[in-house]
Amino acid sequence: MIQAIAFYLFATLTIFSGAVTILARNPVHSVLWLILAFFNAAGLMILIGAEFIAMLLVIVYVGAVAVLFLFVVMMLDIDFAQLRAGFIKNFPLGFALAFVFLAELVMGVGAYKAGGLVLGTPDAATAPVAGLSNTAAIGALLYSRYLFLFETAGIILLVAMIGAIVLTHRQRGDVRGQKPSSQISRRPEEATINLQPEVGKGVTL
Amino acid sequence: MTAFFQGLGLPFAAAWTISTICGILLIALPVMLAVAMVIYVDRKVWASMALRRGPNVVGPFGILQSFADGLKVFLQETIIPSAANKGLFLIAPIITFTVALLAWAVIPFNSGAILADINVGLLYILAISSLGVYGIVIAGWSSNSKYPFFSAMRASAQMISYEVSIGFILVCVVLWANSFNLNDIVKAQHGFGFGFINGFWCSPLLFPMWVMFLISSMAETQRAPFDLTEAESELVAGYQTEYSSMAFALFWLGEYGNVLLMCALNATLFWGGYLPPVELAILYLIPGWIWLILKIAFGFFVFSWVKATVPRYRYDQLMRLGWKIFLPVSLLFVFLVSGYLMATGHFA
Repeated sequence: MIQAIAFYLFATLTIFSGAVTILARNPVHSVLWLILAFFNAAGLMILIGAEFIAMLLVIVYVGAVAVLFLFVVMMLDIDFAQLRAGFIKNFPLGFALAFVFLAELVMGVGAYKAGGLVLGTPDAATAPVAGLSNTAAIGALLYSRYLFLFETAGIILLVAMIGAIVLTHRQRGDVRGQKPSSQISRRPEEATINLQPEVGKGVTL
Repeated sequence: MTAFFQGLGLPFAAAWTISTICGILLIALPVMLAVAMVIYVDRKVWASMALRRGPNVVGPFGILQSFADGLKVFLQETIIPSAANKGLFLIAPIITFTVALLAWAVIPFNSGAILADINVGLLYILAISSLGVYGIVIAGWSSNSKYPFFSAMRASAQMISYEVSIGFILVCVVLWANSFNLNDIVKAQHGFGFGFINGFWCSPLLFPMWVMFLISSMAETQRAPFDLTEAESELVAGYQTEYSSMAFALFWLGEYGNVLLMCALNATLFWGGYLPPVELAILYLIPGWIWLILKIAFGFFVFSWVKATVPRYRYDQLMRLGWKIFLPVSLLFVFLVSGYLMATGHFA
């Protein structure tokens, strides 16, 4: 009973906020609706008993990815009139994309109606380990059976990170860098001098 | 508590609902009262470190000052700037305040006295505390004003940076406790140091983690010396500049609620939570929640002490500390802790 109510609540809100994400005029509102969609998706994960995935979804997507989205989108200076100006020009491309998505949806529903694929029987390693919380179960699988896939994913992310740094890093000659060690080690005696000049005579620094 | 209400002849569903609502009230109301009191304590500590007297007019020793302030802002008019995005402008303080209360659900107040005894408690706290940034960012953006916007930019960068190192610090604790459940983490600290001291802080591998957690939690809650988001010399009042009356008060309450939560986490993760500081039979006569409150109070005193004595960081120094010092050091300690635990057969 309560599960059904919670499921329909989360599912409706996910679909609704997903729809508003693409319908909202203001991109910042779009991102905020997207965050609501992530949040409700996490709720759905909790309902199927995957609390670890749900928490990761909130931490990674809501806590980090969406903050960066918001960060970028907030700084955009958008002219809404200009945004809608290219409607006729971009209409054919948009129509083609919409048609592809519609075709995929129809095929997806058709395949679903035709009955599920037979994926073969899972062997012992993929079966959920009895008596473990799903955090421990995911860990046990990731670090044994899927170790190479896991490490490959890690290396791909590392390469992507280094690539992003290399692409955006530039040396600029006109910037004075901070040297924290010299800032910290500077003492008042080095920074100030005490002079007592005679009246009418200036000081040379 | 569910069993108690079932004993009164209620069916399970009704008993569970009533006991959960009672639990929420039993946590939320004392937390709000505690927030009012710590605002007073904060001002008093700050004043005595500056050789002033602090609030001393309303009530004995000025103890009712926070309530007088609360009444004052409650009676003021809420002003919404005409250029602001109204809906988001009003939602932002509500988000901040709600998020500050949400995370208390998984803090254990005594063995068994915990509202939601879920096995991903610590991840839940990380998830909720990562939501805290939205209140500030939305407030800054929807005010449609320059200084709040700068503040929102600073807040989002600052909170993301320090969440990373907090995550690694928590990994060390979780490795040692072998659980994400906060109750289990407290139990793992029972007799941790020589079978006598309760608390992870006494391990040479976890003590540096505690220091880093304390500093990171100051940055995470935007307390001095990391209060760059409301640096009054640069940004007027940061994201709160356009806010007045109750909306402003909700930010204020949410901020102190977050500080108290960080103190509670600090007590739960490193200082043994509801356990007495050392293993003595006589100390167990004092109930666990009093020990927890004493540890939270100690943590809060450290927060006020730092606020009163340390000058504000520059923004580049803040980023340097987060990314170039805390991140590599906490990563190193994840290696050290897991290596030590593997070598001593902790997981066998």
